[in-house]
Amino acid sequence: MAFRESPLGELKVPLTWTAAVAVLVAGVIAVALLVSDRRETLQEEAYGAARKTVDTVAAPVSGAIAAPVRWTGQGLSWISVYLFTASENRKLRRELDEMRSWRDTAIALKEQNDRYQALLGLKLNPPIPIVAARVVADSRGPFANARIADTGRSRGVNVGNPVMSERGLVGRVVGVTNSASRVLLLTDIASRTPVMIDRTNARAILTGDGGPNPKLEYLRRDDSVKAGDLVVTSGDGGVLPRGLPVGVAVKDSLGNWRVALAADNASIDFVQIIKFVDFSQLADIKALSEAEMPPVTTKDPQATVLRPNAAVQAPQALNSPKVTAIVAPLAPMPRPLPKPVSRRPVTRPAASPLTPVQAVAPPPPPVAATVAAPQLISPATPQFNGRR
Amino acid sequence: MSLSAARPLNPWRWLALPALICIGVTMLFAAPFRVFGLQLPEPVFAMVPTFAWAVIRPSVLAPFGVLLLGLFLDSFWGGPMGLWGLSLLAAYATVLFMRNMMSGQSRSMMWAWFAGSTGIAMLAGFLFTMLDSLAIPSLVGVLWQFLATVLLFSFADYLVDQFEDADVRFR
Repeated sequence: MAFRESPLGELKVPLTWTAAVAVLVAGVIAVALLVSDRRETLQEEAYGAARKTVDTVAAPVSGAIAAPVRWTGQGLSWISVYLFTASENRKLRRELDEMRSWRDTAIALKEQNDRYQALLGLKLNPPIPIVAARVVADSRGPFANARIADTGRSRGVNVGNPVMSERGLVGRVVGVTNSASRVLLLTDIASRTPVMIDRTNARAILTGDGGPNPKLEYLRRDDSVKAGDLVVTSGDGGVLPRGLPVGVAVKDSLGNWRVALAADNASIDFVQIIKFVDFSQLADIKALSEAEMPPVTTKDPQATVLRPNAAVQAPQALNSPKVTAIVAPLAPMPRPLPKPVSRRPVTRPAASPLTPVQAVAPPPPPVAATVAAPQLISPATPQFNGRR
Repeated sequence: MSLSAARPLNPWRWLALPALICIGVTMLFAAPFRVFGLQLPEPVFAMVPTFAWAVIRPSVLAPFGVLLLGLFLDSFWGGPMGLWGLSLLAAYATVLFMRNMMSGQSRSMMWAWFAGSTGIAMLAGFLFTMLDSLAIPSLVGVLWQFLATVLLFSFADYLVDQFEDADVRFR
């Protein structure tokens, strides 16, 4: 059928404006997704189903795509090893001479340490299990630095587990599926890692910015660090164990302290995931929040009332809805006071608005506040929202 | 007038196929690979179809294709969901509303337009990341990714050449 013969042939659709509307709708969807994203949290729920699906699919596909690249890299590595064998041999000999003296020192220190532990009866933390994984994808842009490893929950990996190379800390697991894990690198702009300077124990927060050298922030004193100082994890917050090597401190051209990461000198295709669990973080928050509060049981107030006529008046007061809403029924009744002797003439209104029951009802005693405290005060108490 | 001069484009050929190629190449360049301590660059391959689709013709499907490509980048690279979708849409919208100025211009001038649209996408990504993470991304990293992406203009030019004359109503 010819174009002019079509019933829609003469219809002129303002396609540019239609496309603009489509751009607007797509933009609104993107803004909504961006605002609702919570990838920087350590919560399992924040890692959505879409990301899990992409990771599950991307891990084997990227592994297959990366295989030729990996073989090429191994070939080039073989060539470079072949070319630099002599210089590498000299360098290794020097390192071996240094290591021999360190080995003797380490053996002596280990024996001494074992002896002290035996004398003190010291119980050390059990060794932390480690899982090796192959990296199948590595993003290194300015806005996201993450890796996908081909090991997941099926081998015991959990969100928050630290990830190491053979040289130092790489990052931590932020998303996990059965067969893949997403590792947030230390250089990612959302990464915040509590660290300390090994020489001075000065605490700092290692903050990624998408560049190769993350910043050392919140250092209390500038003289607590100098170039070349070893930076390790501090263990503060319980997310990472203490003492994992991170890198060495360097100063950038603007005078800010940064860290040259130790993991930069290691191979990037294999990592070790440390199945670290901080025992102080084992409380099941969900179970605690869902548990029912135990009932508040108090003594019957009537049993403690000494006044004989209160036994008659109190039930009436409790049955009045106005009074029970204000006065806690569990409070003990106060003792009756003696009538005051007044020399001034007492003036009374012609018709009192108070009913006899309300008139004799005692004022709310202070004990009532302690009974109602869990319900009245708890909304105003500060709540930890899980984000630091 | 016959339909041959104004035939509609096949969405599979000009939208789906370039998007799939773009996804595949992105995954290839994400391979953990380092030679002599140097890693592969990480250009934003999605800028190629984003620029070309806007130049070829206005379309209702193309913005959603751009959005899907952006969401793929966010999911695969591990960034905030919606960041690249929004950044690429900003570049797409700019090119779409300036395509009349681009028609008939030389290859080098089109390269400048491509660099400009890439710059808009990177600037949008920089600002949105700053707002989302409350931190300033590394300018050096942004600059390297911008330079690596600008080098992809040849692919965008090829895609435009393939489909620019397919529908004379949008020349």
